[in-house]
Amino acid sequence: MDAITTNTLTLGYGEEDIIKELDLHIPKGEITVFIGSNGCGKSTLLKSLARLLKPKEGSIVLNGQDIAHTSTKKVAKDLAILPQSPVAPDGLTVLQLVKQGRYPYQNWFKQWTEEDEEAVNYAIRVTGTEDLIDRKVDSLSGGQRQRAWIAMTLAQDTDTILLDEPTTYLDMTHQIEILDLLHDLNEQENRTIIMVLHDLNLACRYADHIVAIHDKKVFQQGDPDTIITPQLIQSVFGLQCQVTCDPICGSPLCIPYSKGRHMKGVNKDEPTVNKQPI
Amino acid sequence: MNKYKPFRFYKISFLIDQKSLITITSLTLISIVLMIISLGIGQMQISPIEVVKALFNSSGDMENLVVQSFRMPRILLAVLAGAALALSGAILQGIIRNPLASPDIIGITGGAALTTVIFLAVFSDRSNSLTLSIHWLPLASFIGAIALGFIVYFLAWKNGGITPIRLVLIGVGIAMAVQAVTTMIMILGPIYTASRANIWLTGSLNGTNWNEIISITPWIVGMVFILFIYARRLNIQELGQDLSVNAGGFVQKDRFMLLLLSSALAGGAVAFAGGIGFVGLMAPHIARRLVGSAFGSLLPASALIGGIIVLIADLIARTAFMPLEVPAGVFTSAIGAPYFIYLLYRSRNQ
Repeated sequence: MDAITTNTLTLGYGEEDIIKELDLHIPKGEITVFIGSNGCGKSTLLKSLARLLKPKEGSIVLNGQDIAHTSTKKVAKDLAILPQSPVAPDGLTVLQLVKQGRYPYQNWFKQWTEEDEEAVNYAIRVTGTEDLIDRKVDSLSGGQRQRAWIAMTLAQDTDTILLDEPTTYLDMTHQIEILDLLHDLNEQENRTIIMVLHDLNLACRYADHIVAIHDKKVFQQGDPDTIITPQLIQSVFGLQCQVTCDPICGSPLCIPYSKGRHMKGVNKDEPTVNKQPI
Repeated sequence: MNKYKPFRFYKISFLIDQKSLITITSLTLISIVLMIISLGIGQMQISPIEVVKALFNSSGDMENLVVQSFRMPRILLAVLAGAALALSGAILQGIIRNPLASPDIIGITGGAALTTVIFLAVFSDRSNSLTLSIHWLPLASFIGAIALGFIVYFLAWKNGGITPIRLVLIGVGIAMAVQAVTTMIMILGPIYTASRANIWLTGSLNGTNWNEIISITPWIVGMVFILFIYARRLNIQELGQDLSVNAGGFVQKDRFMLLLLSSALAGGAVAFAGGIGFVGLMAPHIARRLVGSAFGSLLPASALIGGIIVLIADLIARTAFMPLEVPAGVFTSAIGAPYFIYLLYRSRNQ
């Protein structure tokens, strides 16, 4: 069963097309990661799946219903998106931010039902932001801030969660912390997670399904163990690399060729960039 | 953690921020005390106790007359106009997501000024007296404020919606253009127009009577009522375009309604009290410092602070150089302009 499918989806700003006639199937209850070089349209695609961008042509179907013909509040209860590096208003506290996730469930008279309280408490608990609720969002560190935003997204209580580079600007520890959290949400609660990630090796570790986007189309998609090959990296990113096995997770590990101080097995005097080793 | 208390009754439920509730209650009390003190100060000094007595009897003696007929309407107008300008600013700061936005800066107040000057120029005859009752003046300035709000909105429209940055840039540009035309009409028009318009443009509460209060009150109360229904939507608006759509908000429709509300509030205030500057900028900003940025608390706090600012400015305006009167707008601008520069300076370092 698919969480989201797109039918001949064409996206773009103005005249220029960014994604062209795309038929995509995103499996339910799995972690799907979009990869591709900068500006290939993966963020644009993610945005359009969450109706933040109107398609030029084609349609997007969420749980069997065309999102263009579904009320926006109904969609907001099924799907949540966290854009890349969002900015909180000046002086907003973490609790006030997380509360906003309940917006689609509320009206003027019902602003804080027991369900709202439960959902907010749950979101704060799983993201480990209990100690931060009275802090101002703009005073938090990068990792804390990202957890607060994820808490808001979780408070929305949706089966499908979209995230645009949730680990940008975070150090290694916090990247793993955020991705582990998303992994648990998928594993324990069977939520569909769709995200854009820059780090290929982390993408291979966490994704069930990888969608490699190149030249306005899907270049290849599937299980990272089968699709991540030096040829794919070469075609999609224009980068030469070796693919080995991640010693910890067993997932594919891409090691790019580059310049550097410690070159093993190659002659330092020869230009070695993007050249197969001896 | 007892800062928040849920309130649930049948199908109604709210989360009450206790700290903000205390702040708002204190501000209300401060406003009332200031109003009473202000009622007693003037050419005829009356003690606060006498003021309260004079408010509630109808003996018809001198104190009663001064408090009820002369000072009370003026003070009420100060509070109402201040509150309306502050709310207008709070809304704009929410939509535009920038603490430097205010009705003066995007030209709404300027639109009101232009139509007022046009009104004075068109309806004055050669002997410099008005051919139409001055009571129509508020209507003219109100139309100007709303019209300008619309012009800015439609010029900022592009690709099926408006973006905050376009709104600001177009607003600032239009404000400048409108100001130029206003100045031109003042120079070309009769002398009477120029002096009259000048006082009005600076913002003066001199000579307020009960009729004005009766006209402005339902207007502002009505707008405030609609605004409180929109407070939730403003919270979502302030998260930005993408997140408001994500949460199921009607971003463009709400932006339009909120801009209209903001223009209507500023227009109402400017129509009766003139162009009292910088209140729409300062009040919401101070309120944000006190109660944070959730609009449920921010809106009432802004309104109260706006009222207090104009009340104090008017008190100084009518007493500092007695018997001479200075427009209240002179004092709000005297604090407001440096405050604006301070804000600019602070945002420069961010």
